[in-house]
Amino acid sequence: MAARIWIFSVAVALFLSFSSGHDLQIVNAERRIDLSSHIVKAFLTLKVENIGKDPAADMLLAFTPTQIKHLSMVQAMAITGKKKKKTYLPLDVKPTEQPDAPNDTGYFLVSFATPLTPGETVTLEVLYILTHSLEPFPSEIAQSESQLVYYRDSAVILSPYHIKQQTTFFKTPSARVESFTSVDPANRAGKEIKYGPYEDRAPYSYAPVIVHFENNSPFAVVEELVREIEISHWGSLQITENYRLTHGGARHKGVFSRVDYQSRRSISGSSSFNALLAVLPPKVNSVYYRDNIGNISTSHLRTGFKKSELEFEPRYPLFGGWRATFIIGYRVPLEDYLFEAPDGRRYLNFTFGCPLVETIVNKLTIKVVLPEGSKDPSAVLPFTVNQDLQVKYSYLDIVGRTVVVLQKDNVVPTHNVPFQVYYTFKPIYMLAEPFMLVSAFFFVFVASLAYVHIDLNIVKK
Amino acid sequence: MAAVESLPPGTPSAMRNAFGTVLSALILVLIGVLAFSIRLFSVIKYESVIHEFDPYFNYRVTQFLSKNGIYEFWNWFDDRTWYPLGRVIGGTVYPGLTLTAGTIWWVLNAINIPLSVETVCVFTAPVFSAFASWATYLLTKEVKGSGAGLAAAALLAMVPSYISRSVAGSYDNEAVAIFALIFTFYLYIKTLNTGSLFYATLNAIAYFYMVCSWGGYTFIINLIPMHVLLCIVTGRYSPRLYIAYAPLVVLGTLLAALVPVVGFNAVLTSEHFASFLVFIIIHVVALVYYIKGILTPKMFKVAVTLVVSIGLVVCLIVVAVLVALVASSPTGGWSGRSLSLLDPTYASKYIPIIASVSEHQPPTWPSYFMDINVLAFLVPAGIIACFSPLSDASSFVVLYIVMSVYFSGVMVRLMLVLAPAACIMSGIALSQAFDVFTGSIKYQLSSKSKDDAEDNTSTKNAPKDDASSGKADKGEEVAKERLSKKGKKKEREPAEKPSVKSKIVKKKALVLPLEASIVALLLLIMLGAFYVIHCVWAAAEAYSAPSIVLTSQSHDGLHVFDDFRESYAWLSHNTDVDDKVASWWDYGYQTTAMANRTVIVDNNTWNNTHIATVGTAMSSPEKAAWEIFNSLDVKYVLVVFGGVIGYPSDDINKFLWMVRIGGGEFPHIKEADYLRDGQYRIDSEATPTMLNCLMYKLCYYRFVETDGKGYDRVRRTEIGKKHFKLTHFEEVFTSHHWMVRIYKLKPQKNRIRGRVKKLKQKTSSGVSSKSVKKNPWM
Repeated sequence: MAARIWIFSVAVALFLSFSSGHDLQIVNAERRIDLSSHIVKAFLTLKVENIGKDPAADMLLAFTPTQIKHLSMVQAMAITGKKKKKTYLPLDVKPTEQPDAPNDTGYFLVSFATPLTPGETVTLEVLYILTHSLEPFPSEIAQSESQLVYYRDSAVILSPYHIKQQTTFFKTPSARVESFTSVDPANRAGKEIKYGPYEDRAPYSYAPVIVHFENNSPFAVVEELVREIEISHWGSLQITENYRLTHGGARHKGVFSRVDYQSRRSISGSSSFNALLAVLPPKVNSVYYRDNIGNISTSHLRTGFKKSELEFEPRYPLFGGWRATFIIGYRVPLEDYLFEAPDGRRYLNFTFGCPLVETIVNKLTIKVVLPEGSKDPSAVLPFTVNQDLQVKYSYLDIVGRTVVVLQKDNVVPTHNVPFQVYYTFKPIYMLAEPFMLVSAFFFVFVASLAYVHIDLNIVKK
Repeated sequence: MAAVESLPPGTPSAMRNAFGTVLSALILVLIGVLAFSIRLFSVIKYESVIHEFDPYFNYRVTQFLSKNGIYEFWNWFDDRTWYPLGRVIGGTVYPGLTLTAGTIWWVLNAINIPLSVETVCVFTAPVFSAFASWATYLLTKEVKGSGAGLAAAALLAMVPSYISRSVAGSYDNEAVAIFALIFTFYLYIKTLNTGSLFYATLNAIAYFYMVCSWGGYTFIINLIPMHVLLCIVTGRYSPRLYIAYAPLVVLGTLLAALVPVVGFNAVLTSEHFASFLVFIIIHVVALVYYIKGILTPKMFKVAVTLVVSIGLVVCLIVVAVLVALVASSPTGGWSGRSLSLLDPTYASKYIPIIASVSEHQPPTWPSYFMDINVLAFLVPAGIIACFSPLSDASSFVVLYIVMSVYFSGVMVRLMLVLAPAACIMSGIALSQAFDVFTGSIKYQLSSKSKDDAEDNTSTKNAPKDDASSGKADKGEEVAKERLSKKGKKKEREPAEKPSVKSKIVKKKALVLPLEASIVALLLLIMLGAFYVIHCVWAAAEAYSAPSIVLTSQSHDGLHVFDDFRESYAWLSHNTDVDDKVASWWDYGYQTTAMANRTVIVDNNTWNNTHIATVGTAMSSPEKAAWEIFNSLDVKYVLVVFGGVIGYPSDDINKFLWMVRIGGGEFPHIKEADYLRDGQYRIDSEATPTMLNCLMYKLCYYRFVETDGKGYDRVRRTEIGKKHFKLTHFEEVFTSHHWMVRIYKLKPQKNRIRGRVKKLKQKTSSGVSSKSVKKNPWM
């Protein structure tokens, strides 16, 4: 069966390898796939050699259509030096399209730092992260059952290039593995399943495997997160985060018994979670945690010099398919995040992504509310996001505040990197609202003075 | 703002007066701040959240109003409640509160102050209590001058009875209604004092606002006619009285009929008839006075006989019509709540649903002390002060206090109406007492510096002795005695006045010895201090708990029991949006507001049968209950259970009311079946009916597994039936402290062929005849 697929793929690949620009081959590939949480992380170490005649400036990474759909991010780095003197050089990775991609294969283009001359080799480290790739099976479980999931992938690396030697490791969270597809040579030792080494696989080789294993890590999925960062030049940054959280694992079935949950915690409700951790900036203050019906009183805040940690629980433990919404808000001092650029513009430097650890965000919207009167906003991010501008009216605004809206789907903790929003602002605007208040009071008093002193009677008394 | 406006606009030329005006304005502003901030304990100690039950409904209505606008609001048919009947919210709700908060929200948002609807709702009550204390100032000022006004306003700002209904978050009708009540009375008195048609119109508008806000408006429309009648009877008729009353009735009734919830009730129900009767009487009297004015005394006598006879005939006809109308309706044209006011035993006899509400019970004596504290002792002094001299205005406040004392004695909830009256009276009493004491101190000091030869006259010695004897007593008593004495003095005063040197005698008559005055002043201040301390305590400890979140202080820190919101949040996120939730009616408003799920019954207890159906289901055995609930399309059943943590107001403690209300409509539920020898118990002595009813089962399902014995901490006993299974319900959620348990109705079982016949035979013989009566929805 597998052999047939290979033959087919070889045929396709032979055809394709001519159409792609360069003649590259992968001398050695190692892939480690971490399945211990619901975020699947794959580390690829590729040794690439140019066997063509022209220098190659870039190479392709191939993904199946399902992977493309769930792919959260791809990073690549070139390794130079050996052992202890290793240096990592981040490379530019961007999605690309190939005209004759077989079976809707998706591609990412990795640009080398310097073009690869013929015969030269380079070692690349590629990290890609997949979300929603663990399929619970059985898809509905009762309270006391633990959660089993499928992970589908290929035993060999999908690549448009010839791979001389390759190995793949799957790391499962526990030693409980129900089954895994055997593609010789494949074996399992404890938490690790090893596929390979396989020799000389043609381009676009594919050998589907299914790993069925236990995963009780919290499948915390934020369906939608809206973070609003409001800049006040009076000295603080107010952040409000609206979460819509769900348990993305196997759906809960039937009874929820509090007796079982409370008395036999270790076995009952092992797939559920009720504690979450948010990593907030240091010097955070006025933290609140509530939902639209009031405070939620189960949270602890630890502040530190490098980061603050907010440990909190939703109102009820989350079982598969259960949802909860909540709002976290906090304030940080302005001077740590707002700077003046050399050209006189100001810029906000803040962290992208979601503060919750080990969560997937299906849809993240970050709204940076600039102070009233600021102009020319522009956002700088290390990856592509949808950008938009809105206007928001807040306390006593007249012209409204410019809001820079950044929107990105499928966000994982790796996206928690700084981003910048540049804008110009004249400090005189800060005085507008105090002046309005003062003048309002002034007019009230003037009006009452006038009322007292002016005789409104038509008839003289 | 209101404080500034409330001041007399005319500028007094004298510096002293101007200073006094500014000072009293400042004091008023401070009183407003006090009234507002004393109500913030709930926000500081707990959180900024809507409290209890009814406020959640009001909050939900306000949300709807702010989202959909006023026209949608009038037409709102709410299908989330009283399933499957629904409720016409626009036509059955007093819209004053929601319109007020909605307007505030709209105005704030229009000037870009983006407060949420919830924040506006939470702070509406404190803001309006500041307004209420200013209105009290105005009212008392009309009665006894601005000194008494300030004292009354300060007292009202922190009277516990009013605080209990207007802490931040207590977003209920009373919050704005008390302001409207006092302000309407103020405008009535103002009109009475000035005879201005302008104020009369304002009065009608204030009355309209009151009608919009609270069902208690009937108190106004009965009290004012009573006062008018009193004035007429005591020979105090004046054109001012006519101006104050006639426009109010005409305009007020027309305006009241505009409010959908009142509508034609404004002319049809007995609550309003007193005003019409007095309306006729005042016209007759006005006519008499008019004729008296234009005729010579001789002619007048002739006319009197004519008019009186015609008037009598008219009156008789009207009375006959009224009687006929009243007799034609079964309750005599009175609503249940009003009837239970007139006959305190009425509700417990006929309407268990009114009697089951704790705030409809008569108050106990300690609750008077708790709610109005020292005012209870100052009120008599105030009444006496009002009689010296008796004016139209002071007779009104006397009537007000007398009536409200009666009403508060019937229903603990109406303590709220008593509170402003008590504050006004006590304010008058305090201010008069201070007047006397400071006056005598001033006089003593000035006369001492001059000469003390002619000072020690006999007129002064007598009160001195009295005062020193009373001094030994407790603070309140001293004050009371002193006040009543001063009252007597004042009464005596007019008699002495005409005799000789008018001013000096008056002063001398009121003069008390220096030491006595100082001591009395100190005692009065102590009394006030005691009142303040009590009010702050009441505001902080007794009345600020939001009741949806409970806290308890134990040796290892503060425990928070947030189970209600936990389960409402669970319902709202993890059940289908159209699922119906059945629970006892207490939790209806909260479920619709917080969980956004359709409920069968809620706190607006308009349909007794529906509530009885739920009560019957709760008191029936599992299968029968399942059938009732299933026929109502219920998917989840919610019970509140305090046995684990010792929360006393849970469903097991309310259960007898469910039995009573259910039994009232469906006679197969008998209260006696649930009682063992007249005692309500859930331990091993309990009756089998009790141990098998749905409520027992849902509350105690798997309860025994928590501690092995099944010890109920509220009832302080081990439960009777410990191990049992549920056949028709399954547990889907229980909150952290077990306070809320939610069960799902199991789906109907597939019918097995052989058993269908059996079942059919059974049902045809036994159930069919019963089921008609058992459940109206089948």
